[in-house]
Amino acid sequence: MADEKDHNKVNKDKRRFLVAATGTCGGLACVGAAVPFVSSMLPSERAKAAGAPVEVDIGGLQPGQYMRTAWRGQPVIVLKRTQEMLATLPKMDAEVSDPKSDKSEQPSYCKNEHRSIKPEIFVWVDICTHLGCSPEVKQDKGSDQGMPADWPGGLLCPCHGSHYDLAARVWKDQPAPLNMAIPPYRFVSDTVIRVGEDPKKA
Amino acid sequence: MSEKSSLLGWIDDRFPLTSTWKKHLSEYYAPKNFNFWYYFGSLALLILVLQIVTGIFLTMNYKPDANLAFGSVEYIMRDVPGGWFIRYLHSTGASMFFIVVYLHMFRGLLYGSFRKPRELVWLFGTLIYVCLMAEAFFGYLLPWGQMSYWGAQVIVNLFGAIPGFGPDLALWIRGDYVVGDATLNRFFAFHVIAVPLVLLALVVSHIVALHEVGSNNPDGVEIKKHKDPVTHLPLDGIPFHPYYTVKDTFGVAVFLIVFAIIVFFTPEMHGYFLEYNNFQPANPLQTPPEIRPVWYFTPYYAMLRGITYPLFGVDAKFWGVVVIACAVLIYFALPWLDRGKVKSIRYRGPIFKTALTLFVIAVLWLGYLGTQPPTVLANHTADILMLIYFGFFLLMPWYSRLDKCKPEPERTT
Repeated sequence: MADEKDHNKVNKDKRRFLVAATGTCGGLACVGAAVPFVSSMLPSERAKAAGAPVEVDIGGLQPGQYMRTAWRGQPVIVLKRTQEMLATLPKMDAEVSDPKSDKSEQPSYCKNEHRSIKPEIFVWVDICTHLGCSPEVKQDKGSDQGMPADWPGGLLCPCHGSHYDLAARVWKDQPAPLNMAIPPYRFVSDTVIRVGEDPKKA
Repeated sequence: MSEKSSLLGWIDDRFPLTSTWKKHLSEYYAPKNFNFWYYFGSLALLILVLQIVTGIFLTMNYKPDANLAFGSVEYIMRDVPGGWFIRYLHSTGASMFFIVVYLHMFRGLLYGSFRKPRELVWLFGTLIYVCLMAEAFFGYLLPWGQMSYWGAQVIVNLFGAIPGFGPDLALWIRGDYVVGDATLNRFFAFHVIAVPLVLLALVVSHIVALHEVGSNNPDGVEIKKHKDPVTHLPLDGIPFHPYYTVKDTFGVAVFLIVFAIIVFFTPEMHGYFLEYNNFQPANPLQTPPEIRPVWYFTPYYAMLRGITYPLFGVDAKFWGVVVIACAVLIYFALPWLDRGKVKSIRYRGPIFKTALTLFVIAVLWLGYLGTQPPTVLANHTADILMLIYFGFFLLMPWYSRLDKCKPEPERTT
């Protein structure tokens, strides 16, 4: 009689324990099984290997001109700044949000007033720090390049209108938070730049 | 017994065929006073089917490879017999989907279709809207044109704005340091299988939830309150089939006429349905001079551009993303924000009518601004419109309660 009663009685504690234990183990197994799926979406070894340095010949570049190249699939621009362009940089210090580039990304040898190794040769990754568009170079001051008459010369992002000066420093109150990044680079000779490599220590 | 009915009987013993037909069509009682605004639910279903069918045929010739994708779309357009037609049906279908869904959602706002007891219908619907946006975004990368490429670059970088793990998250989504072949391949997988499966499940849930509580109507009164004492059927209800299947078939015919005119005469819709920049192959080194999303995303895009102020020591970029996310997520809260005594616009007071009008103006104006080049004036205008947009939702608990409503009728009118 007592046996039969026990048989019909549900041991709720035991059942709760079994449900919790099965649920926990099953959940852990699911998380474990998800790992290879999630990591399969990370950059592959081939994608990681594609970051080799590139060489740019800037021999033909006249003052005020620029050229584009690609490094790690990203647009990199080399602009040969005129003395007049360089003279605008100190004036822009009050207008830009990170004048000393303290928060921005650049190699230590480019963390200076002109954000470059040689003042006139300016190399930067032309990717807007807002959402990754490639800003247009509007290096001439005034309205010649479709800008307002008081345009001091700089870079303009076509996506959300972020303004940068001629050292790729972002103006205040723009969608973009930071100055554009400077890649590691070195001068192989006076006219050839190698993007993606730091200068050799002397 | 005829052979047919015995076959049906054989099936019904094994599968709920007749009972399902009755529950959802021939004996689903819908209010008798549906008007013009009630066409868009069935039209959305029609477009879903159209997108799936045309999509299947497009995948037969499309190549999800960064080197081949653009060319394979041109191949479909020029060399595949009827390929241009299938592709234009699919691209026009995408825009028409959003037109129909926006009108369908507006109908919900007009007549209070999101109110108790239809909260879950509204939540499923909003999830469908979110899925649809994901589907449109993934699909837009596939032609691998300039706008595809840079649009994806911008949207993926939105995730990069999240402080802390944002940049890693963006990298994980792209599968490369910039949008590339890996990104295209996975977006293809999301676009053709992952999101559509979720979408279908949500559409079924949306309809099942609706049929559980019954349809709302332009008067916003419950037809289940007044039932025939003998048959227990709602006095103001009529069976969905044949009454509304016939009405919706008429809607489908009119819609298909409009749809065919667009597909045959102006599939690009002056750059609004298919953007001109997208007829150039993707170039990772050159952003097109004017980048803008397709029209159905432009209100959100204008909001993003309008946010230019850092706050609490975090970039404006992050807040722009937060604002967009909130602008979408706030729809989920709507059933609990509205405290009005009545559901339908017909019996609402002047405050709600004004608020809804301002909201519609704000959305349309934001949408217009999103198609225009960014200027300081446009960004400040967007800020004001955003205040109206969010004010409509966040102030609703107060103004909807204060509003002087007219008395609701007992029965539909």
